[in-house]
Amino acid sequence: MISSDSIRMEKLCYSIGGRKILADFDFHLERGVNRTILGVSGAGKTTILKLLLGLLDPDSGSVYIGNLRITGLPESSFMQQRKRIAIVFQGGALFDSMTVGENVGYRLFEEGRLSQGEITRVVLEKLSFVGVETALNLYPSELSGGMKKRVAIARALAADPDYIFFDEPTTGLDPIGVYNICNLIQRLQAEGKTTLMVTHDLTTAFATSQRFTFLYKAHMLFEGSEEEMKTSSIPEVREFLEPTDRSLFI
Amino acid sequence: MNFAAFDKVLLIFFHELQNYFTLAGRTFVRIFRRPFYYREFAIQFDKLGFSSLFICTLTGLFSGMVMALQSLIQLKPFAATSYVGGMVAVTMIKELGPVLAALMVAGRVGSAITAELGTMMVTEQVDAMRVEGTDIIKRLVVPRFKAMLLALPLLTVVTDVVSVLGGYIMSAGYNINPIMYISGLPQFMLFQDLIEGVVKPAVFGAIIAITGCYVGLNTKGGAEGVGAAAKKAVVLSSVLILVSDFFLAKIFLVFRG
Repeated sequence: MISSDSIRMEKLCYSIGGRKILADFDFHLERGVNRTILGVSGAGKTTILKLLLGLLDPDSGSVYIGNLRITGLPESSFMQQRKRIAIVFQGGALFDSMTVGENVGYRLFEEGRLSQGEITRVVLEKLSFVGVETALNLYPSELSGGMKKRVAIARALAADPDYIFFDEPTTGLDPIGVYNICNLIQRLQAEGKTTLMVTHDLTTAFATSQRFTFLYKAHMLFEGSEEEMKTSSIPEVREFLEPTDRSLFI
Repeated sequence: MNFAAFDKVLLIFFHELQNYFTLAGRTFVRIFRRPFYYREFAIQFDKLGFSSLFICTLTGLFSGMVMALQSLIQLKPFAATSYVGGMVAVTMIKELGPVLAALMVAGRVGSAITAELGTMMVTEQVDAMRVEGTDIIKRLVVPRFKAMLLALPLLTVVTDVVSVLGGYIMSAGYNINPIMYISGLPQFMLFQDLIEGVVKPAVFGAIIAITGCYVGLNTKGGAEGVGAAAKKAVVLSSVLILVSDFFLAKIFLVFRG
């Protein structure tokens, strides 16, 4: 049963320069079920996030946000639906020319609905939530990798989205940084946000999601819970969880 | 090259051409739509226009000086050195001023626009803006376009004025007094030449901005891609400036009758 409060792709094909990234790919993210897409680097995980957001146009197939089919529509016509989704990019994607405060309040400034004072209050609240309120007036170039990711999360939260996508949120962080980010994601989930993460880091994935999708050579090879994944008999899934034979991924 | 390969190259060329003019059209339409991003415009005007003042002054000074020097050598045997002011002015205002200023600015500013937007592309900042609900053309392209549209004619006027002054500095060495130098100007120039001298740089400014933004927003492949894109933008805008200069000159000749 497909709920109208969901994001999904149907029979989606996407290729770059003749190389198939996704073939007849079906995916369904429903509200309240936190998911992780797993796969080796270059498998097309980030591409899925960008297709779901309408940042890329598929070769064929459809992407729906709620009941609206966004595929083929001009960006301006699904802007309202997309505002329900926020994304934390792998490198943070903070705007270089703006301070941390301006980055976090970017959407609110753009919308122009709130006064300067109200925006500042929201920005401080979100920065405080992720624990970097002292960085308000710093520029992204002055932040560490972990701080950049936290600020990116604060920016994602500023518009109060229903769904938050995470692209490799813990890559390049030390164990404490990984713990802090996982902890943040869990707190977001407790506040009712639905998360979709793409990663190849199993610790992060199992700590923050209930359902898992395994992507292999442009296809969904597995979909299920942590328990089902750990007991899966699919050789590629077993190999991904406990690498012994690398030839499967070459 | 076989036919299929040629066909593919043509297809890519026309596809790029279509996308280029689509961006130009969308930019033009959005000039008149809110939000206007005044702060961004002011930043870009300062960054792209005001900071190019020195390089344009230098270009104008030495171009005017060399133009006067060469003209004086040619005019002296005919005892016509008094015409040097008019010759320098008409050449610089109608042709060399706009083209040289545009080429200098294309090298300096075109590459900067591409590098900035290209870096934003490869670090996913542009994607982040789109997700935040921003119209990328309105936010990133239009302020640069407007800044260049206004800045390049102003820079060209400065280049022209300085080049005429430079021409006088050389002429003074040949015993030409300021009155003699300036009196030659009306004999060589019409009011339409002055119009031509500011319309051309406005078109060149638009070319530099659109080319820089187009190439920047299509950058792929990390730091190497940004470098290649900046180089491409400079070459492309320089060629487009020279080609469009010819067609603009033809158009102005038609209006002259």
